[in-house]
Amino acid sequence: MKQSGTFIAFALLVFIGFSPVQVRSESAILNPLLATLKRVGPEGEGNAEAAAAWEKITEVGAPAIIPILEAMSGSGPLTRNWMRSAVEAIFEKETKAGTAIDPAALETFFSNREHDANARDLAYDLLTKIDANEAASLIPSMLDDPAPPLRRLAVAQLITRGKSELAAGKKEASLATLNEALSAARDIKQINEIAKLLRGKLEQKVDLPKHFGFLSHWHLIAPFDNTGKEGFDTVFPPEKEIDLEAAYEGKESKEVKWQEYATSDDYGMVDFNTPYSPLKEVTGYAYTEYESGEARDAELRLGCKNAWKVWLNGELIFGRDEYHRGARIDQYVLPVKLKKGKNALLVKACQNEQEQTWTVEWQFQLRVCDSTGTAILATNRKPTPEPEVKARKRGAAAEEEK
Amino acid sequence: MRGVKNLSYLGAGLLAAVVCASTVKADWLNFRGPQGSGYAAGIADTPTSIGEEQLAWKVPLPGRGLGSAILVGDKVFLTAASGPDQQQLHILCFNAADGAPLWERRFWATGRTMTNNKTCVAAPTPASDGERIYALYSSNDLICVDLEGNLKWMRGLTLDYPNASNSLGMASSLIISEKTLIAQIENDSESFAAGFDLADGKNKWKMDRPKAANWTSPTLLQIGDEEVVALQSSKGILGLLPATGSPVFNYGKGAATIPSGAAAGDQLFAPSNGLTAITATTDGDAPTELWNESAQRPGTASPIVIGAKVYTINTAGVLSCADRKTGERLWRGRLKGPFSASPVAGANGLIYVVSETGVLQIINPASEEENKVTGEYELGETILGTPSLDDGAIYVRSDGHLWKFGK
Repeated sequence: MKQSGTFIAFALLVFIGFSPVQVRSESAILNPLLATLKRVGPEGEGNAEAAAAWEKITEVGAPAIIPILEAMSGSGPLTRNWMRSAVEAIFEKETKAGTAIDPAALETFFSNREHDANARDLAYDLLTKIDANEAASLIPSMLDDPAPPLRRLAVAQLITRGKSELAAGKKEASLATLNEALSAARDIKQINEIAKLLRGKLEQKVDLPKHFGFLSHWHLIAPFDNTGKEGFDTVFPPEKEIDLEAAYEGKESKEVKWQEYATSDDYGMVDFNTPYSPLKEVTGYAYTEYESGEARDAELRLGCKNAWKVWLNGELIFGRDEYHRGARIDQYVLPVKLKKGKNALLVKACQNEQEQTWTVEWQFQLRVCDSTGTAILATNRKPTPEPEVKARKRGAAAEEEK
Repeated sequence: MRGVKNLSYLGAGLLAAVVCASTVKADWLNFRGPQGSGYAAGIADTPTSIGEEQLAWKVPLPGRGLGSAILVGDKVFLTAASGPDQQQLHILCFNAADGAPLWERRFWATGRTMTNNKTCVAAPTPASDGERIYALYSSNDLICVDLEGNLKWMRGLTLDYPNASNSLGMASSLIISEKTLIAQIENDSESFAAGFDLADGKNKWKMDRPKAANWTSPTLLQIGDEEVVALQSSKGILGLLPATGSPVFNYGKGAATIPSGAAAGDQLFAPSNGLTAITATTDGDAPTELWNESAQRPGTASPIVIGAKVYTINTAGVLSCADRKTGERLWRGRLKGPFSASPVAGANGLIYVVSETGVLQIINPASEEENKVTGEYELGETILGTPSLDDGAIYVRSDGHLWKFGK
């Protein structure tokens, strides 16, 4: 109780200008408290201590905002939420009390792209609350921002401008604007919207698989058994060895071999039903080799409505035994470390017994990108296959049928 | 035998009445109020008619949600989710008197936020013990704040249990009993139920559950002087002691995975093979099946028990009233459906239900008229969330707004 009083007194004494002397004093108080927030762990570990620290941090008031934002760097997702709620609780309280929060320090923090992306996004949100117009003036500078929510704002402005230019008949200007938007866009809905505009009246080709970083070229082998959904845990030969020349005994003792497969799908969909025709209670594997120019952190982002497992360089990254509850791009985000050179990727996809029309799909899509969603293209990436042109009977052919 | 059961039923009712009478104000602390079952004998004077005149206030919301509002004292609490992929989680607090926003806390989802378009990330209803708010989201983020918005603890259940999720969305709501917060995190993969310590969010117990998607919420049975939490799933109903998770009964004839049961004393009216009434004990014996009526199969809306009657709404939007003792259908009538929200009722016995198309309807079961709908108001928005009640008031939420009707 006495300690709380000290904090309140301290908070009342400091001016919200973040002078160097104050920052040093606040650091002495805040650092151990923020360190307590960083110690929250699995299954509720550290929650009780964090709650006590959170209360003391918020008692410091506005001078704590920047140190908290700074402390988000390198913090885990739970800690970041403890810190975010502390920042917002302070901001809410100070605003209600009529305390003017100086935006200069927030803007300085925001402008430094070395800071945590979530923290910068939060700083921008506070700037918006202080002065929405002033904050909006920063948006054009966010086009290459590493924080996806900030980049999205800048791309949205370009999309609006590109549409206006198109509506005004300024095709060249619209093309330039929308291509700039596409180059910057990481948000899936925005990318789709831009691609639709470019491919429509502007008649420009857009290589979406390359933009997203979807892997389009694979080797497939199927069907192995998945009767009673037991295939998910059954270790079939491709999990023991990768030999693209080998033949194995598949479901119902039929011989199965690897075959090359390439997809021209905009979203990199690898469809087992295409080479194998729709099957039920089966397991398939897809294999590809991804050449990385450097050893680096990356994310494998998977969309799949079948049960699946993913291995990278022989290591099981993750697996999930859920069937036909839905799929979308980036449904599962799997952080990995790529080796320099060849990286072996194996995907297992299991199809179950359901017979409803919405359970036919036996497919997945996988892309390689960084944590912002920016594609990391393999050095051995092959050109995206051209989509098959559906035969449309026109002109002479149509006339002949008449 | 029947007489003995009637006496125990009356006894449980009297006990509930005494408990309610001793409370200063009957709060609405979780999904479907007392016992998680929709009927609140201690909430009085809920509106008898509905319209512009009864509209106390309407406030905009910052994000989507279908979890109900909960009421603690003079405050209303609600959750929402916003932003691309609904990754921003909100806990909102409003002044019950005038709808003024009091505080808001936001969090970044730590689990998967993919859902079917119809539902959303803020689908589960939060719960309260009167001192704190416990909020669960489809992303399996579980957050505790006090009534002033001070963060007390947070769990990322998908961080702890990475395969606990449902790509269609999770929707089971929380309930509190014996100082334990109970959640059903049930899905096709890493399926479990758990009891969490109210103080720090740590597991008091955790148990594997059937590997199957399940959107039902726990209900509370009052068996003698013990509270027993009933967990419903495709396998049936499992009764547990809330503080330890120790099983006390199992009904194994299967049950629905969308509408939940309605508890009344030691009886549970479960969406199982239509509607099945069971009475349970804590001595490990299988529950006694009182009756089963396949024709009274609930749709998405859960059943409700009011006094001697049990009510169900089927997929066609037909409300059926049955005798609680026998299951015999007494009357039925078509409402303006379809319904995702469940019916609720207070002490005056009026039933409040709102359709997906936003038609809030009041049904007076005591009416002599064939059409027992005595009030109707078009909210003009899609409504999937179950209404909440407070003394003299009813609350309804959409993705965009929260309404209060009454005083």
